[in-house]
Amino acid sequence: MERRAVYRNKVLPWLLIGPQLLLVLVFFYWPTSQALYWAFTLEQPWGGGNLWAGLDNFLYIFRDDRYWGTVLRSAFYALAATGLSMLVALTLASFVDRALKGTKLFQSVFIWPYAIAAPAAGVAFRFIFSPEAGLVGAVNDIWPGIWDPATNGMHALAMVIVCHAWLGIGYNFVFFLAALQMIPRSINEAGAMDGARPFRRMLDLQLPLIAPTAFFLLIMNIISSFTDSFGLIDTMTEGGPIGQTEVMVYKIYVDGFKGLDYSGAAAQSIVLMLLVIGLTFVQFKWVERRVHYN
Amino acid sequence: MAQITIKGVKKNYAKTAVIHGVDVNIEAGEFVVILGPSGCGKSTLLRMIAGLEEISGGEIAIDGTVVNQLEPRERGCAMVFQNYALYPHMTVRQNIGYSLKVAKLPKAERDARVMKVAQSVSLEPFLDRRPGELSGGQRQRVAMARAMVREPKVFLFDEPFSNLDAKLRVAMRAEVRRLHRDLGVTSVFVTHDQTEAMTLADKLIIMNAGNVEQIGKPTEVYNNPASRFVADFIGSPAMNLFEGEFDAEGQFMHGTGGKMNVSQLNGVRVPGRKVVLGVRPEGVRRTGADTHGAIPAVVDYVEELGASRLIHADANGSRIVALDNDTAEIKSGTPVHLSLADSALHLFSLEDGRRISH
Repeated sequence: MERRAVYRNKVLPWLLIGPQLLLVLVFFYWPTSQALYWAFTLEQPWGGGNLWAGLDNFLYIFRDDRYWGTVLRSAFYALAATGLSMLVALTLASFVDRALKGTKLFQSVFIWPYAIAAPAAGVAFRFIFSPEAGLVGAVNDIWPGIWDPATNGMHALAMVIVCHAWLGIGYNFVFFLAALQMIPRSINEAGAMDGARPFRRMLDLQLPLIAPTAFFLLIMNIISSFTDSFGLIDTMTEGGPIGQTEVMVYKIYVDGFKGLDYSGAAAQSIVLMLLVIGLTFVQFKWVERRVHYN
Repeated sequence: MAQITIKGVKKNYAKTAVIHGVDVNIEAGEFVVILGPSGCGKSTLLRMIAGLEEISGGEIAIDGTVVNQLEPRERGCAMVFQNYALYPHMTVRQNIGYSLKVAKLPKAERDARVMKVAQSVSLEPFLDRRPGELSGGQRQRVAMARAMVREPKVFLFDEPFSNLDAKLRVAMRAEVRRLHRDLGVTSVFVTHDQTEAMTLADKLIIMNAGNVEQIGKPTEVYNNPASRFVADFIGSPAMNLFEGEFDAEGQFMHGTGGKMNVSQLNGVRVPGRKVVLGVRPEGVRRTGADTHGAIPAVVDYVEELGASRLIHADANGSRIVALDNDTAEIKSGTPVHLSLADSALHLFSLEDGRRISH
């Protein structure tokens, strides 16, 4: 039977949810509605006097090749960072799941990067990847000029993607490990008796059984790479060289706060928001129809 | 068909030893049951034969080949797991055929073999279902079919029926017996259920706390338990065991001054020797008070079994259980006289629990 608490007092429940409601309104719905308003009007850089613009802001950004460039770059960024992060996390999780030596230690060590704020990691990675002095820069001693994220856009993008992937590994690892450990050990053993080697068992038995978790992580990672990439890019490349690491979220910042084009930035925010909502929707659809074994 | 030789096999987890050196010979085509209480190491021993546990010491050979360093897939064993361990995302057909697919057999041959095995355990109507859509008994049969399809040298069963209800268990027992008769594959079956063990085994291995207590035919183990542990563990209702010693006249003294006339135990009645006397409930009979050597006792309670009943009685502080076929009502508190059948007595050393032959 369903248990419900019934309040006789009509005011008390509102008081109880009030603080949370206030926070949500102030920090989520108010900025969102503001962005929505700006997206359909022409907001002056120094304030005062809006003009209704209809869909012009959207049409303007959709006609802009540079905008589509950032969309494609964001998509590539999302796929590469997500793929890299999940692959590494899955590999680590399957090692830990096989209870190799040091499992206890690694179980907690691997989660640490998740606790590091993106800008902090960005600064650290800037040093690591610095072509003049960094660890990776040492390759320039062997083959001069082979690594230069300051002028080579591909290098810069790769650098940011690696850093983004690194930050997400801990999170993905914990979910993958939990999912792997949910699989009864005997299923893996039955696979071994049936003659399958560890890698084959991973593909045929473990991966299908952790598919719901993997899909959840896929969506979470993709959403995170669309929105959380800002802190990294801002500390590591500031979108450069020549806009080669400019992704959707960074272009919003540049157009809005540097270019003072509030309306264009707001329209881009709305597009990004719809994209994320769309992805979330896909995920919920999947989770609802998720395969239930047993 | 393969023979399995287990020589001085040990298992340690970190610093705890769980198996202390087991020696067993399993003949080709034999059906061997390893029986013991939980935690005695029987499953660990089976898993070491399978290759799922490392062997810490000693040697296991299958068909003359030492398999200590071989991977499970190289040992030619198939295993039926306690919780079936079916692949939940695969259909019954895929479950049974997985090992053949891994072995890269052509699809046509795979299908033919899966079909043949499925027929032998009546699974054809369910081939396209997932394990989740099957009943416990059907899942059990899928697990057996999956083991059979590989045509292994050895079948290993790890308490396969413990998740089934009593009726299904009896049916599956018969099925396993029939399969073994038809295929003649060497089988090792682990269980803690003694009825299962007694009915299935050609050879019974009783394990306790990481050691083998006795190896023998089920009737041998039942009639001549090698130790106090086996005597206590095998048989339902359990054997009566009395701790005590022989007095100067060779009478067995137990409990709080009770005496039993055990003149049939000639030769071992050393006065002062501390022993455990065992007698199965079916060896205890009600007699008249005037019978020579009758033991006076007081009925505690009566357990009705339908065709017979068990009388739990107190004889001078020792609990004694008698299997009785009489139907006349006995109330608790009734004094009775019991006698022990000559042939039914077992004697064990109190010190190490080993059998004292007489």
